[in-house]
Amino acid sequence: MIEAIQAWFQRLYETTGFNFTVFYDPYDFDRYVAGLRTTLLLALSTILASLVIGAVGALLQSGPSRLLRGLVNGFVVVFRNTPPLVQIFFFYFGLGTLLPDLRTADGLRTPILTNVQWAIVSLSLFAGAFNVEIFRSGIEAVPKTTIEAAEALGYTRVGAYRHIVLPLALRVCLPALNNNLINLLKTTTLAYAIAVPETLYAVKQIWSESQNVLEMMLVLLATYAVLVGLLVWIMHRWERALRIPGYGR
Amino acid sequence: MTRATPDGPPSPAWTPDRPIVRLRDVHKSFGTFEVLKGISFDVAKGEVVCIIGPSGSGKSTLIRCINALVPVSAGSIVVEGIEVTDPGLDKLALRRKVGMVFQQYNLFPHKTALQNVMMAPIHVLGQDRREVEARARALLAKVRLAGKENAYPGELSGGQQQRVAIARSLAMRPDVMLFDEVTAALDPETVKEVLVTIRELAEEGMTCMLVTHEMNFARDVADHIYFTDRGVIVEHGPPATFFASARDERTRRFLSQVL
Amino acid sequence: MSAGEPQRPGTLPVLLPFAPSRTPAPARLRPVHGWLLCGLAALALPAWAQGGAAAPSPLEVVIKWAPLLLTGFAFNVAISLMAMAIGTLAGTGLGLAMLAENRVVSAVAWGATQVFRNVPWLVLLFFVMFLVPFQITVFGLRLPLPDWVKATFGFSLPVMANVAEIVRGAVRSVPDTQWEAAESLAFTRRQTLWRIILPQCLKRMLPPWMNVYSLIAMATVQASIVGVTEMLTLTAQVHAAEGGRPELFAPLYGFALLCFFVYCYPIDRLTARLERRFETR
Repeated sequence: MIEAIQAWFQRLYETTGFNFTVFYDPYDFDRYVAGLRTTLLLALSTILASLVIGAVGALLQSGPSRLLRGLVNGFVVVFRNTPPLVQIFFFYFGLGTLLPDLRTADGLRTPILTNVQWAIVSLSLFAGAFNVEIFRSGIEAVPKTTIEAAEALGYTRVGAYRHIVLPLALRVCLPALNNNLINLLKTTTLAYAIAVPETLYAVKQIWSESQNVLEMMLVLLATYAVLVGLLVWIMHRWERALRIPGYGR
Repeated sequence: MTRATPDGPPSPAWTPDRPIVRLRDVHKSFGTFEVLKGISFDVAKGEVVCIIGPSGSGKSTLIRCINALVPVSAGSIVVEGIEVTDPGLDKLALRRKVGMVFQQYNLFPHKTALQNVMMAPIHVLGQDRREVEARARALLAKVRLAGKENAYPGELSGGQQQRVAIARSLAMRPDVMLFDEVTAALDPETVKEVLVTIRELAEEGMTCMLVTHEMNFARDVADHIYFTDRGVIVEHGPPATFFASARDERTRRFLSQVL
Repeated sequence: MSAGEPQRPGTLPVLLPFAPSRTPAPARLRPVHGWLLCGLAALALPAWAQGGAAAPSPLEVVIKWAPLLLTGFAFNVAISLMAMAIGTLAGTGLGLAMLAENRVVSAVAWGATQVFRNVPWLVLLFFVMFLVPFQITVFGLRLPLPDWVKATFGFSLPVMANVAEIVRGAVRSVPDTQWEAAESLAFTRRQTLWRIILPQCLKRMLPPWMNVYSLIAMATVQASIVGVTEMLTLTAQVHAAEGGRPELFAPLYGFALLCFFVYCYPIDRLTARLERRFETR
């Protein structure tokens, strides 16, 4: 089966000149798959981390501490209004070089965080800032009377938040969250700039060695179309699963 | 005025002196659901026709077929010599002859009352702006809205908006006016002001077709009343006979509920 | 006092000794962290650096190179404005094509919109940079296409797709009854769209359109990845020219962050304010 595919693309190259090396050259294929895996790792870890940042930030923003509210606000405002690429550079070059290096067991110096980890940190904060806003507007959409009803029933603030406010807020903000997570997936390509070997990086390596820019461009477009399509599908399923009859709309 | 016998639809051979609208065996289906199942009647010039009937009986669909907002499935409609069911129909020519007023007014919210009235004559008919403006002001005065020229629809009451909508249609100098439950969305107090406007229009000789739930109004102004139910005309006649001696069981039941 | 902390009976908070919170949350502090570090680097590092050679302090470096870096920033702004202009024009056309009555036209336009909206902007940029030739021949006239022109074109593609989506969404948000009313007044479809529908949704389109602008302005730094000289490229060059000292990274990139923040934050505020105002109407 695999051999048949490889043979077909080999023949395609010989007959038409379309050189899809990824589909018949095992070396290129491995590089592409490794890139894809890194993209998935980046996407999944940043999605999860940004959701946590968003939830914690939104909780703090509606909390009693004025200082914390101010800090969260500052965080959101700064990260929403500066280019994510500069954020990545600032973290990776600016902070990464200021932090002391670690020494491994055999005496080698290694940075505390690798470029992949810095990319995850920076992208999570970027998307997290948007998520704070999204969750907050979702929480604000839950009527005060609902919260009062919960408190009248004896829920604590945290309890009301966990059992009543958040489940409702989540449904309100899912469409916006949807958009932001898709945007985050797209933004992971910026990790290319600090040499994180994700899909774009791997594909660029392949096309500069195999001289097949057009073919690899098409592979690249198709890859992201499928990845984004997959995320959209998952989010829509989730949205459908959470839908409450008669709520909203 | 001579009429077909009141106990059945008019026979196809029958024609009044000058029919301005003529429907013959009009059918309309949405998917598998047949809303109109063969409607035939004529409207003479200057005649006022009211179409009444329970909700969902196809009244609004019927009136929308006449200016081709809704395409018919079968049958024929002729308005002033224009074959509405012709596939090569010039819809714009038809709609210049037929004015329509909607239940929800549908004024253009980004334009003032005066501009709402002026837009179509200027852009559609290409008439002179100054002349149109003079006529628009006169029309607004006629529907008793002098002084409201520069108000936006959002600043007017429902009844006022509906009268602007009537003026807007009249500005096109139509030959026939269609009214689709124009008072259904209004407060009871403002219904009257709109009905007065329509009555004046009818008295001036405008050909009017109204879908309405206002039975007393229908009795006062209509020359002829059609009662539709489940896609067919069940009964029709001039108001005096229609209200006094409805023969069909469905009509009687309906009238006893609404009167 | 935090909500989760149980209060022992008989103790009033005011009687407890003042103590800083024992658990500083790292996630919460990281935001200002960057700015604090940026400021600290600018203020505290001179003292440290003066001990060594006569290397200028980070603050001095930033001030010294600020004119050059700001020129770079102006170039970013120029690219974003051009990309926005092209993208808005093309996007309006694409959005209207999506609303066309012709099924084929609307399907093709929809497909193009989805592709350009869902592919990462950086990938689109690569696409244009590598696949558009460096010069084109029009009527026998050779027009050179420098990299920055191609980059501008590359940025206008996502703008186009997003604007198309905004136009379509706004037109769809106008109730069908408006179309019906215009139709019954014998307006043609084109007249209805341009005279009745679009004027109504222009206001609605403004905030999302401004949002797209803000995004594209911030995205222009990606041009440095494909070799266009703009602010980030200059920042790296300045860093190299100053001897590549690691402690200069944070202030220099911090300066770039600051420039974009000063430019984009007011747009963001204005967008939010307009959104609120249009909503209440």
